Order: sequence, then C-alpha cells, then structure tokens
Amino acid sequence: MAIVPLERKPLTLAERSYLPGIVGGLKTTLKHLFQPNVTMEYPEQRPALPPGYRGAPTLVKDPHGREKCVSCQLCEFVCPPKAIRITPGEIPADAPTAHVEKAPKEFEIDMLRCIYCGLCQEVCPEEAIWLQNQFSLTGYTREEMVHNKQRLYELGGTLPDPHLKWDKKLAAEVAGGASH
Amino acid sequence: MIDFLNLEPVRILLYLVAICAFVGANAAYLVLAERKGAGRIQRRPGPNEAGPAGILQPLADGIKLLAKQVMVPPGTDALLFRAAPLMVMAPPLMCLATIPFGDSIVAVNLNIGLLFVFSFGSINVMALMLGGWASRNKYAIISAARVVSQSVAYEIPMLLVVITMLMVTGTLDLSEVVKQQAGWFWHWNLFKVWVNPLMPVTFVIFFTCMLAETNRAPFDMAEAESELVAGAFTEYGGMGFGVFFMAEYANIVVGCCLATILFLGGWQSPIGALSGGLWGPVWFLGKMYALIFTVIWIRWTFPRTQFYSLLNLSWKILIPVSLGTLLLTGAMMKLMPFVFPSLH
Repeated sequence: MAIVPLERKPLTLAERSYLPGIVGGLKTTLKHLFQPNVTMEYPEQRPALPPGYRGAPTLVKDPHGREKCVSCQLCEFVCPPKAIRITPGEIPADAPTAHVEKAPKEFEIDMLRCIYCGLCQEVCPEEAIWLQNQFSLTGYTREEMVHNKQRLYELGGTLPDPHLKWDKKLAAEVAGGASH
Repeated sequence: MIDFLNLEPVRILLYLVAICAFVGANAAYLVLAERKGAGRIQRRPGPNEAGPAGILQPLADGIKLLAKQVMVPPGTDALLFRAAPLMVMAPPLMCLATIPFGDSIVAVNLNIGLLFVFSFGSINVMALMLGGWASRNKYAIISAARVVSQSVAYEIPMLLVVITMLMVTGTLDLSEVVKQQAGWFWHWNLFKVWVNPLMPVTFVIFFTCMLAETNRAPFDMAEAESELVAGAFTEYGGMGFGVFFMAEYANIVVGCCLATILFLGGWQSPIGALSGGLWGPVWFLGKMYALIFTVIWIRWTFPRTQFYSLLNLSWKILIPVSLGTLLLTGAMMKLMPFVFPSLH
C-alpha cells in the first residue's frame, strides 16, 4: 500500500496551553548554559588546517636555494581570474644555475583577484607554486595586496624535495659529453 | 557621628546616593550579565575582551555612549524628546526608596509602600509613549501605541494579583508584608496554598505581567527591532538611548524586588535560621538576582510573541484567571478566616 493514512490528532489541552513547550524550552536553554562553548576565540586560537588546504599561492625554492620557477607561464595562462602576471627573464650565463636557462624577472599574484582554486599549483611542471596554509591576508592599499616575487618567496620558503631534476639533467649531460 | 547620620536630611541624602549607585551599578552590570548569559545559552563566551573576562565592558560601553553627540532630530518636540529619558529613569529610583532590603535597611518606610511603587511604576509607560510620540517617527509612534495598549492590558491582571495579595496580607506596608512571611520557606506567600490553593499561579501571573510591564522579551513589543527598527528608541542616540536602556534594567530590578517581597519572603531566611543583621540583604539580593537570572533566561529562550497573541494572553487568560484567584481568596477568607494574617 503506497499511501499510509495518518491519524491527525487534535492538540491536547496541555499542548494548547503552551506550558509544556515553555518548560521544555527553558530546560533546553538551561542545559546549554552548563555545556562548553562551541566557538573558537579566533585571533588567539587558530583552527587546525586539514592536509591539502588551499591557502594563498606562494613560490618555493629548492633545498639548494634555487628558485624552482622557470617562468614557463603555464600558471599565468591557466589562472581563471587572471591574477598571475609573470615577466620572464634569463639566468645569466655565469650563474651556477645557468643550465636552467630561465627564471622569472618579476612574478606578481593579485590577491584581490585570486580565487584560491589551486589550478596554478596543479599545472606547474616544476612544482614551484604551492597553495599553502596562509588564509588571512590584509593590507591597507590595493597595491599591498598584489604580492610580488619577493613576498611570494617570503611566504613560500623552501620545498624539502630531494629530487633536484635540473642537477640530474646537468650531470647526465656532462656524463654524456653534451656541450652547452 | 551617629547623631549626625541619624539626622533626617543626612539619612535621606545617604539613601539617595546609595540608591542611585545601586541602580547605576545594577543597570551597568546587568547589561553585562545579560550579554554573558546570552553567550552561555548560545554556547559562546560573550564579551571577554575589556578587562579580565570582560568585566570592564560596561565602562567601555558607558564611555562610548557618553562620547556620542546627543541629537535632537529636526521636527521633534524638543522638550518632550529630552524629558522622556528623565521620566523613564526617575520612577524606578523613586520606587526603590520604599523597598526594604533588610530588617532596617529602607530609605522611607511608607505605610502605603505597595501603592507608591505601583503608582510610580506606571509612569514608565508614559515616558516611553512620550518618547515615541515626540520622536516624529512612524516606527516610534507605532511603538508608543503598542506600549500603551500592552501596558493597559497587563496592568489589570497585575493589579488584580496585587489586590489578592493585599487581601491575604492586609497591609500596603512592604516591611510588614515581609514580616508576615517569617520562618521557613513554606511561610512565604508563594507556598501559602492553605490560604489560596492558586498561590503559585498568582506568582506566575505576577511574573508574566512584570515581564510585559518592563517590556522584556518575549513581550518586548516596544522595541521589536525586527519590525520597528528600535521602536520608541529609534531616534535616540548616545546617552539618551543609554538612559532608556539603563531604565529597562532598573525597572527589572524594581519588579524583581517587588516579586521577592510579595511572594518570596523578602529578606527572610528560607531555612528559619541565619536571619537578622547582614543576612537580611544577603537573602533579599540572592532571591532578587535569582529572579533577574530567570528574566534573562526567559529572554534568551523564547522568541518575541505576536502582538495579537500578547493581548490575547492578557485579556483571555491572565485577567480571567487572576479574577478567579481573587474570588477564590475572597471565598477562603469567608470559609477559613483563621489562616489569614490580615484578619487577625
């Protein structure tokens, strides 16, 4: 039987007098009065961020202090709100990392445009841009909210990744007798 | 020194200062207690930044309100607009003069104390009405109209209950009313069911009417911020609003004092012992603050009633029931005159 007819009982005298409801309400609030707070006192207490949290995008260096970004501009092209602006530059021929060839001259992320989607991190072939745990950004001017390269490296720090693919490539090239 | 303190003008002056300080401190710290209570009931800490655990919050609020400009908007009745906060604050101060806080702690022991409190208590409504009317603001005027009809509706059951109490006690002298309730707590008027089986019901009616008369939630139709901006206080800013706000708490203090005296034995000890001397004010304030806690507790439990429900509650339930208790008390007086202190 698909339809179950329910008996609709009229309200009893007690229910119509609201008194059980009033007492029940008072009991509920009294119970809450003696239970612990459910709030977090935010600036003093900070929430525990889950792994994989997507905070502000940052740039990272490798364990040798080389900036990992090679200014391929994939992140700039993939960025949906067009928050990233990269000015590519060359690494001078006499630098110890000259074999990497390119590094960003300037790297700007407009945090007023960023939507924290993480596509830049996902698209980066160098694992140079990471969305880290910083979630509370403030500034007095709009200019302050555009993070430049220096600020992005300050926020980012070093990625403790022992892979070092450019050093391996150089070593393979030297062993193979390739010329630069 | 003692002679000097016993001089009538000096005594009155001392009581005046003490009452003003009592009302001021209560108004300031009941606001904090309310906000803390609301916080606890809603499982959050409440104000906790100003001073340890937020105890300096009233001071910060007061400085902020005092620093604000007192605006008299164009088109208002400037005199009435300015007079309304004074008129709302004065009656509770007057009422407290006759409240006995202890065996001998009373500013003026009037033999018509009860009448005095109720006659001055009614001025509060007029002040809200004048404030609303003088504001030249449609929300304020709607609020003024509501305040008057609400007050008329709730004064009647309240006074009927008071008449019942008057029949039981046989005196308008508040100190005398307290003295009749000496001994264990079953001597309190609240539990004197052999005098009138409906005594607890009359207390509930009195308490409900007190909530309505002091415009407290769930009966705060005068303010009703979700419907009327801030009701009668819409055009008031700075300390003008601050005084209205303080008066609300001062009125609650008076109402709870009165409920304590009429029903809960005033400064009498509930256990027979530990009475006299400083115990009087301790018991009195303990009972009074328990009632005030209940007022705050009720506010943060129930949403505001509809205005029609508010009037229905008074005219259809509270007035008939309070008339019933009045008749019952009269019948009991005829049947069992020996239990009534008023007939001894």
